[in-house]
Amino acid sequence: MLELIVISTLNGVLFGMLLFLMASGLTVIFSMLGVLNFAHASFYMLGAFFGFQVSRRLGFWPALLIAPLLAGAIGAGVERYGLRRVHKNGHVAELLFTFGLAFVIEEVVQIIWGKSPVDFRVPPLLDFPAFTIFSTNYPAYKMFMLLVSIAIFVGLLIVLKKTRIGLIVQAALTHPHMVGHLGHNVGRIFMLVFGVGTALAAVAGVIAGPALVTQSNMAGLLGPILFVVVVVGGLGSLPGAFVASLLIGLVQTFAVSMNGSLSGALGPLGPDYASTWLADIWGVTIAQIAPIMPYVLLVLILIFRPMGLLGTRDT
Amino acid sequence: MSEIASSVAPPLPAATEKLKFYGLWMAAAIALLLLPKIFGSGGSLTTFSLIGISIIFSLSYNILLGQTGMLSFGHAVYYGLGGFLVIHAINIIGANKLPIPLPIVPLIGGLTGLFFAMLLGWVSTQRSGTAFAMISLGVAELIASSALILRTFFGGEAGISANRTKLLRIFDWSFGPQIQIYYLVAAWTLIAVIAMYALTRTPLGRMCNAVRDNPERVQFVGYNPHVVRYLAFCFSGFFAGIAGALAAINFEIANSAYLGAVQSGTVLFATYIGGIGFFIGPIVGAIFVTFLSLGLSDLTPVWQLYFGLIFIAVVVFAPGGITGLLMMHRPLLKAGTLTRVLPSYLIAFVPTLAMIAGLILSIETIVHYTVNPGDDSHIKAFGVSFDAASPFIWALAVVLLIGGFLVARKTWTFVGHAWDSAATMAREKRIAA
Repeated sequence: MLELIVISTLNGVLFGMLLFLMASGLTVIFSMLGVLNFAHASFYMLGAFFGFQVSRRLGFWPALLIAPLLAGAIGAGVERYGLRRVHKNGHVAELLFTFGLAFVIEEVVQIIWGKSPVDFRVPPLLDFPAFTIFSTNYPAYKMFMLLVSIAIFVGLLIVLKKTRIGLIVQAALTHPHMVGHLGHNVGRIFMLVFGVGTALAAVAGVIAGPALVTQSNMAGLLGPILFVVVVVGGLGSLPGAFVASLLIGLVQTFAVSMNGSLSGALGPLGPDYASTWLADIWGVTIAQIAPIMPYVLLVLILIFRPMGLLGTRDT
Repeated sequence: MSEIASSVAPPLPAATEKLKFYGLWMAAAIALLLLPKIFGSGGSLTTFSLIGISIIFSLSYNILLGQTGMLSFGHAVYYGLGGFLVIHAINIIGANKLPIPLPIVPLIGGLTGLFFAMLLGWVSTQRSGTAFAMISLGVAELIASSALILRTFFGGEAGISANRTKLLRIFDWSFGPQIQIYYLVAAWTLIAVIAMYALTRTPLGRMCNAVRDNPERVQFVGYNPHVVRYLAFCFSGFFAGIAGALAAINFEIANSAYLGAVQSGTVLFATYIGGIGFFIGPIVGAIFVTFLSLGLSDLTPVWQLYFGLIFIAVVVFAPGGITGLLMMHRPLLKAGTLTRVLPSYLIAFVPTLAMIAGLILSIETIVHYTVNPGDDSHIKAFGVSFDAASPFIWALAVVLLIGGFLVARKTWTFVGHAWDSAATMAREKRIAA
């Protein structure tokens, strides 16, 4: 039992930190531009595929740098030549633009790399067990993922809190018009923030690619969970996104490792539903409903705290 | 009080106006009746049925997006649940020989959609704008994932099927042949379209528009925007359920794809491409997108990419959709200045077409090299055969794409100038542009 708790906590924190790498970019972009980037998970996918392609030529470490730069450049281009044009048509048009973009990116990835998973492997340097805990080998690569996400988290925190550019970004989170009035080039800041945000998502893609499956549906699988994170945390709240990322990471990881069901809990005392369609609800294990846990959490949060955990503003 | 009312209320429509209004619906009904007489083949009847279903679904979606300003990414939930319940209902009715004929079965789907919209809507419509969009996405994922877990009810990956011919017969219609299904769909389409049009004319329909445009002011007037959004959501779910029921009857099967993100995305595409600003927009969009998805899939293997590109192009260049583009020209037509714009369209049309041709040529060449590199390089796309391996084709694609783009950009500014002068002239004749 203790083994399960320790391993699941490690995995949960890891998944949560990965989610936060993406959710942080998404939240900052949302706060500044007022548009929720529906294609954010697509940039995570692009990061993974670029990482795969570059690592085949140059190795994993250059890929960790080049792939996010490429994805970030594409992101900045999307903001400059796409979103900025659509901006005058309102927020719905902006959201729909990124929705169409997510659709097109998935199609393009399918055309270039196919529908089946690509062979994106853990670099040999990190392909060993980091430590053994309760007779389970914990892979070093996962520790590396955790370290990278924490390093980026700390770096982001320092940039936001201690530098001038962070000061402007923070100001633009709450008072975007005032920042413009003070003479900052808001257009360039927006492009920069969009580029950095998508690059962060791509970093998550490069480091998650070898551990998870690099496939053309990875954006579609992760995207909805990402949006659950930002809504549960409270739209536009960076601390909220952090709490929600860890919460959802832990909830999902723990749910996957549990095997109980209603019929198992009650044993022979439970009523016999074997012949009716209630048998599905009765017999389903917690591990089986793990994929829907984030959405259940979303509905619960909406009922009890419509603004999100740490959200303050209504959009 | 009555004086104020009489001065504020619009005058009663004249007899000719009334005739025009009712004549339009009568003409639509007659057209639906005569359509199978002109295009009687099985394939076209199936297409018409699909279009009818898509029209109801898109219009129900527009109650949310166009009229109440709620962007939903999970509208297929109510469509799919309507479809599933109807399949179960047909099986139960058939097994127990209940005296319920098929034509009223879609109502069961509608009520299912209404029930689930009432259940899930209160939570979903608490917030508007972006938060609502994300919530609708989350709720849709919840239902779609649950459908795969509850295998007995939803039939897992394979879905569940039913036999529509085993129900009580009226006028000796078995609803086996496609022509009878066509008439069933056509009748329900007409009823649903009239009902949804009537809904836009009610005080509730007007309040929906007010909530879309200025929810704060609605609160000042004394309405609760949340309640108005909730009511719109319920109506929308009801009509989506009818559409799903008709789809289930048409295919005699319901599977998890009915509930999925692709279905929700398709109805969003159809509605937005048609145009959300006018009642007729989603109808145009449903017809256009159904033909497009049937036609494009024959022409090229990567039709979904083109589909996405068309959608992005509409969002960027024509946010009013197809109907928005057409309606833009109405004041010019009235003022008689449309002829001043048309020549500039022709000039801009040529380089734009060249650019699109270059884009298609590049995409198809890339597809040849990435998807099926081993195949013969003489490929055929959009009915045109070419050699994807020849450098001449590559050069042509690049020249068309870049040259077309540069020239098109110049010509579209020219169109803009022509448009401005035509619109100014129309305004001088006191016709609002």
